[in-house]
Amino acid sequence: MSGTWINLLFDIIICISLLGGTFFILSGSIGILRFPDVYARLHAATKSSTLGVAGIMIGAFLFLYMEHNIVSGKLLLGILFVLLTAPVSGHMISRAAYRSGVPLWDKSVKDDYATALKAEEKQNQSQ
Amino acid sequence: MEHMLDITQSLIEYSSLISIIGVSVSVLILLYRAIKGPTNPDRAVALDIIGINLMALAGLIAILLVTTKFNDVILLIGILLFIGTVALAKFLEKGVIIERDMD
Repeated sequence: MSGTWINLLFDIIICISLLGGTFFILSGSIGILRFPDVYARLHAATKSSTLGVAGIMIGAFLFLYMEHNIVSGKLLLGILFVLLTAPVSGHMISRAAYRSGVPLWDKSVKDDYATALKAEEKQNQSQ
Repeated sequence: MEHMLDITQSLIEYSSLISIIGVSVSVLILLYRAIKGPTNPDRAVALDIIGINLMALAGLIAILLVTTKFNDVILLIGILLFIGTVALAKFLEKGVIIERDMD
């Protein structure tokens, strides 16, 4: 293996991205454990775990590129796929939770979706 | 120079081991939420994030074993996870997944 400073620098970047991704995944799951409500748990879950898995995938991509000279498009496609689908699935779960009657946290002060649903119902009745 | 490269190579190995331990702890925490969770959407959220953590574990094991055979596994887990979560959300919302009456 030809040792240059670039290899060393990329090794350190790989370490930082792996540990950063693990930090975000762990903080997201601690948020899921500690938050009081389904909707707040979704807020903790989707964003931070998307960022964490993106960090780990970037680390794996750089490692395979430096070690084998393989440009693995599937890892980049995996990042893109998680980035596209995690917000969609979070939105669908939160809408299902609201429609199936899961109550909000008793200290939450604003419920805009209830007024929107009421307005939609009134419009349907007037038609 | 070669000495320092050996040091950073072992540093990558150690950091991937630490990451595997961290992601496993996160899966355990989510498993608690998936079993205990007060309502059914809580369990759906926890299962979704367990799947995303499995993608990260597959990437980390690919680093540790220095192989490229895990990349298909990562894509497959992602696609099946999205389909399963959408189906679970539709089931929680309406009670059916595929609606039969085409009016």
